[in-house]
Amino acid sequence: MATVHEHEENAGAEQRKAIWRTFWILLIITALEFAIAFTLHASPLKTAIFVGMTIIKAFYIVGEFMHLKHEMKSLIWTILLPCIFVVWLLLALMMEGGSIFDLR
Amino acid sequence: MSATAQPNVKNVWLGGVEPMKASYGKLMMWIFLVSDTFTFSALLVSYGLVRFSYPGYQGVVADFVSSPTYWPIPEKIFDAFPFFHGVALPLVFVGLMTFILIFSSVTMVLAVEAGHRMDRAGVEKYMLWTILGGLAFLGCQAWEWTHFIHGTDNGTVIKEIVNAEWVQRTIFGANLTENQYGPPAFADFFFFITGFHGTHVFSGVVLNFLIFYRAATGMYERRGHYEMVEKVGLYWHFVDLVWVFVFTFFYLV
Repeated sequence: MATVHEHEENAGAEQRKAIWRTFWILLIITALEFAIAFTLHASPLKTAIFVGMTIIKAFYIVGEFMHLKHEMKSLIWTILLPCIFVVWLLLALMMEGGSIFDLR
Repeated sequence: MSATAQPNVKNVWLGGVEPMKASYGKLMMWIFLVSDTFTFSALLVSYGLVRFSYPGYQGVVADFVSSPTYWPIPEKIFDAFPFFHGVALPLVFVGLMTFILIFSSVTMVLAVEAGHRMDRAGVEKYMLWTILGGLAFLGCQAWEWTHFIHGTDNGTVIKEIVNAEWVQRTIFGANLTENQYGPPAFADFFFFITGFHGTHVFSGVVLNFLIFYRAATGMYERRGHYEMVEKVGLYWHFVDLVWVFVFTFFYLV
């Protein structure tokens, strides 16, 4: 271990640069979300834009901050694949909520 | 860590090596976070279900008034800011909380990076900033909950049937059964989702403090690596990630 960090001095600087770049991306997307929240009227398009921006933010947090982007492929899929169940639950219960509304 | 490299192993899944190039502890933190993802998804998805089962507000957004009969517009509810009483600042406070949490995520990943270089002072410095960010977020949440529970100056007038007669009264703030901002379910989800997230932030701050203490007393330096910072860092980033989703689905949409 002691020999590894000696010549990683430059790699560290590069990593720090990537960290701050990710921070600015997250900040700018959040600022854009605010701008959209007060300029667009409520519509499916607005919701879709928000969901899309949230997924981009999630990608940067999980990929860069949690370092998942740079892990083994098998690890990436171990984490990502179970999330399919969440998408399924979301779709199923959204439809369910809509039909509860219709029946009320 | 480096003792696990075995060049002769043909099948990496037979044990003795790390097939995913991540230590046991880190892998288990990831698996735990997947299970925690399910818990938070269940809360947010059930919010979606109940939201879709209620009618939305019809009419001009500027004329919005709270009523238990339809779902509120979040930006009209969360428009208070400390020391700016009576000034409508929609979502500004939530925006501040989002900024605090993203920033504390940055200082956390900087602490991890310092750990890779065995930079003990760097780890200590950035862990302290992360702890500070976590505490600031918890303080903001305490203020927001207090405001939400106590309500606005005028409250909301509701009509209900008591002993077969229509009775009119004003309710202020919200609890689990009464809510001046909209249907009681709206307040229930507010308390459960932000409360469950706040509990995670709290335990994250406790873990971060433990890591700071152990780094400051030189435990990781003696151990030869700062991997514990990475593991707790994963948890802390997850807390930030959940807030990104809560922010979108509870406050924006």
